[in-house]
Amino acid sequence: MAQSGWTDKRPMSPHVQVWRWHTTMLGSILHRATGVANYLGLILLAGWLFAAASGPEAYSAFERVASSIPGSVVLFGFTVSILYHAMSGARHLVWDMGHGFNPKLASLLGGLMILLAAVGAGAIWIAAGLAPVSLEAMGG
Amino acid sequence: MVELTLPRNSEIKKGKIWPKPVGVKKFKVFKIYRFDPESGQNPSWDTYTIDTAQCGPMVLDALIYIKNEIDPTLSFRRSCREGVCGSCSMNIGGRNTIACTKGHDEFQGPITISPLPHMPVVKDLVADLTNFYAQHRYVQPYLKTTTPEPQKEWKQSEGDRKKLDGLYECIMCASCSTACPSYWWNGDKFLGPAALLQAYRWIIDSRDEATGERLDDLEDPFKLYRCHTIMNCAQVCPKGLNPAKAIAEIKKLMVERVT
Repeated sequence: MAQSGWTDKRPMSPHVQVWRWHTTMLGSILHRATGVANYLGLILLAGWLFAAASGPEAYSAFERVASSIPGSVVLFGFTVSILYHAMSGARHLVWDMGHGFNPKLASLLGGLMILLAAVGAGAIWIAAGLAPVSLEAMGG
Repeated sequence: MVELTLPRNSEIKKGKIWPKPVGVKKFKVFKIYRFDPESGQNPSWDTYTIDTAQCGPMVLDALIYIKNEIDPTLSFRRSCREGVCGSCSMNIGGRNTIACTKGHDEFQGPITISPLPHMPVVKDLVADLTNFYAQHRYVQPYLKTTTPEPQKEWKQSEGDRKKLDGLYECIMCASCSTACPSYWWNGDKFLGPAALLQAYRWIIDSRDEATGERLDDLEDPFKLYRCHTIMNCAQVCPKGLNPAKAIAEIKKLMVERVT
């Protein structure tokens, strides 16, 4: 990486190299990462609509890619990403109103949101019949 | 600017491993950041093993023990040794805090100690806080009034005085600001949690008459709004203050005054 920013002759003290992360710090970078992922995901969504508008051949080609294992992994990731970003965005609104700043509580909620995004995405996929396990097999 | 790696002159080399004391059952290992400006060398991690029965319970006690008994060249700031002055702030075990109120028995295994993060290092654990102090000066942390001075004192109701609790206690150790990734990447333009907490302390002071100007001055894409509520500041403050909340309150006031 270019050393453009640091012109000081003295060394820069270590930062991310030594930092022990808090859940809130992880939550913050995830909010940004999922924001970028959602942006890319929307391109996929547009591609899907484009395929649907282009006719049955294009659509079935899209479907083949989307339902392949790598395609499913990407789409599942997109589901997690949407859920996390939505919850995190709602939390930012609460923060903007001046609430939810207790560090311990914020960490706890942050961890829960990550868990909920993963579990929620799993639930959506099972309910939609997209997961390898079906609701019937689970007795649901 | 986001730069995740250290500049070349800042890469930390393996340093000296000081001998372990003999015949000691309870000892603690400290991995300490060393930089000597006169050596022309890069910084390094030195390892010290000390007999914890020989020193007090706090990390600062261990550092003083090392300086007195093992290696007098080790440099660090300290003064009050009881959490009042804020001099001995540093990164201990990956988190910023003040060494005098952090027990070394709170850690399992070796304790890593480095200067406050992403700052120019003067020597060893001493970081250059010039910019940090300039930012504090910038928010004009004192009473500003236009009405003539009262005969006795500026009066304040108990309720208004209470609003300053959780704000006036700041000891300016810089743990919060140097814990903030936004401050790491934009410390030249973003004022940072400590200065903003101080700004808020004067903005909500019922006696202060420069509230509007103070807010005007912070209305800028960088000075205030680089705070993304990462909350490292509130997580590490050794006095239990909450700069993240103070910053959110300033943002609220910015909205309230235009609506």
